[in-house]
Amino acid sequence: MKGLIKAIAIGLTLAAALGARAIEIVITEGWDSPTKIAVVPFGGPPLRDQPGPVAPLDLAGIVSFDLVRSGQFDALPSDNMLSLPTVAEEVYFRDWRILGMDYVVIGGAEVLPDARIAVTYRLFEVASEREIISTTWTAPGEQLRDVAHWIADEVYEEITGVRGAFATKIVYVLVQNPNAPDATYELTVADVDGERERVVYRSSEPILSPSWAPDGKRLAYVSFETGRSTIVVQDLATGARRRVAEYPGINGAPVFSPDGTQLAMALSRDGNSEIYIKDLETDVLRRITRRPSAIDTEPGWGPEGKSLIFTSDRAGQPQIYRIDLATSLPDRLTFQGDYNARARLLPDGRHLVYVHRSNGVYHIAWQDLERDVVRVLTETSLDESPSLAPNGMMMIYATQLRGRGILAVVSVDSRVKYNLPSGLGDVREPAWSPFMTVDAQTLASRAVTAR
Amino acid sequence: MRPAYRTLIVAILAGAVLAACKQTPEVEEVEPIEEPVVEVITAPPEPPEPPRVDRDGNPVDVATGRPLGRTFYFEFDQARLSERDLRVLAMHAEYLRDFRNRSVLIEGHCDERGTREYNLALGERRAQAVQQYLSSAGVRSSQIEIVSYGEERPVDSGDTESAYAKNRRAEMVYR
Repeated sequence: MKGLIKAIAIGLTLAAALGARAIEIVITEGWDSPTKIAVVPFGGPPLRDQPGPVAPLDLAGIVSFDLVRSGQFDALPSDNMLSLPTVAEEVYFRDWRILGMDYVVIGGAEVLPDARIAVTYRLFEVASEREIISTTWTAPGEQLRDVAHWIADEVYEEITGVRGAFATKIVYVLVQNPNAPDATYELTVADVDGERERVVYRSSEPILSPSWAPDGKRLAYVSFETGRSTIVVQDLATGARRRVAEYPGINGAPVFSPDGTQLAMALSRDGNSEIYIKDLETDVLRRITRRPSAIDTEPGWGPEGKSLIFTSDRAGQPQIYRIDLATSLPDRLTFQGDYNARARLLPDGRHLVYVHRSNGVYHIAWQDLERDVVRVLTETSLDESPSLAPNGMMMIYATQLRGRGILAVVSVDSRVKYNLPSGLGDVREPAWSPFMTVDAQTLASRAVTAR
Repeated sequence: MRPAYRTLIVAILAGAVLAACKQTPEVEEVEPIEEPVVEVITAPPEPPEPPRVDRDGNPVDVATGRPLGRTFYFEFDQARLSERDLRVLAMHAEYLRDFRNRSVLIEGHCDERGTREYNLALGERRAQAVQQYLSSAGVRSSQIEIVSYGEERPVDSGDTESAYAKNRRAEMVYR
């Protein structure tokens, strides 16, 4: 306990933290047994992750909110807590048992002489009265939100056995003044809870199909900045942009290979839309599909980069196909519905999500490729652009609410749903990032606290 | 530096000579010289047709007097031109054959249903339907340019069938 400042708990409740973003989480069927957890407001001085007159960060509130959004946790509002311990000695398991809690998280922060902040947290299991995790994260102030998401990831993985994806990002296109002559397209990166929005590229011409490099440090997207579709790769740290495909015709649907060295894309340079792979180091272009009368587009990579899935209307209407890159033999994967497009494989390579039309309505469908089971995950309107969290548990997609484009999230078992709040404008084309590794340059470090 | 500079000049001159050579007809293809035929001109050359262009040089529809820049509409997920569209396109082809200095940009568009990338390809297919007709009717490829905007530039942002119908289009713009 030495070194951890005992201080008054920050009096911010989870409800207040939730209220700031006003996300309504709808659990339709309810998790079989939602895990009950109390994340007690952390002790320590008020902390801010940016200069200026902003409200102090509620680290416990961010952790709680992450866990609740998974649908697998039920978090106790701090108003309902019988005590607000910030150190192990103050944890009375009887209190938490009365409240029906399965787990309790406590924590506290301290500002180090070099201005970095050390956040120590502990996870207790109420039934066994055991401390399961005790860890200190040290990071500069501007990374405090990352620290909260890292804590949520660790708690989630410890309890569920599945790697957490709260410390990941989303990219999307925000259109200001849509359908007006002065429309502006903003390629925007944000945390998965919608916080820390940052515009990384702005244009008066359409932007579409952003996708992440596997290291989370580059984006590929389609830009009409030249008046025609062009594929751009942009480095997020430096902002440096490179036009990697500006062939005659369409340059679309870029996706990075799992090793990040190649970009699959749709080009119509040879007359009609076909799938190609471009090596980003040598610039060598390899043509994958050959169907002069068909639209082949929207490639997605299979596990280890050995196959591609893509949309093709070679059978008359768009359906999903898979092509083995070694044999070049395609096989059709979807047979239900007359419009199936823009598929993405789950990390296990055995499940698909895609845009599916049935009875004239566009939803996102999930398909088990081995058992050939199809399930519709969404029930909103004009659902598009499904993108999976890297742990395969949640999916973000674009939909419309009262004529406006918004982003929504659904668990792949379709039980948990929520819309991400957005300000003015139309939000579209979301893509969930891969896992972000903790960068050595950020000065963040993690230490397991000795018991 | 100087020798390199000189080489460059030589190269440019050689290029110019080659270009000039290309224009001289090859002997093998010259047809045998025939006896000159005296043509009896029975009628003065036809006076040029009444101009079929408006003040801006856009071709005009003789019937309506309106500019020929035109929008063609399509069924959902289709890129087929109607019989009527083909008759109208025949007039454009004739105009473009007469005026080789004119060119058109054909923009393909879709309604908002379906995925953006598929629609980008579908919009191109619609523009290509117009392009292919014009090409087959003798319009030079250098006179036709196409671009697809997919569903990115609707003319009607509504979500009704009539709005969708207006957005599924290929716009032919004279330049």
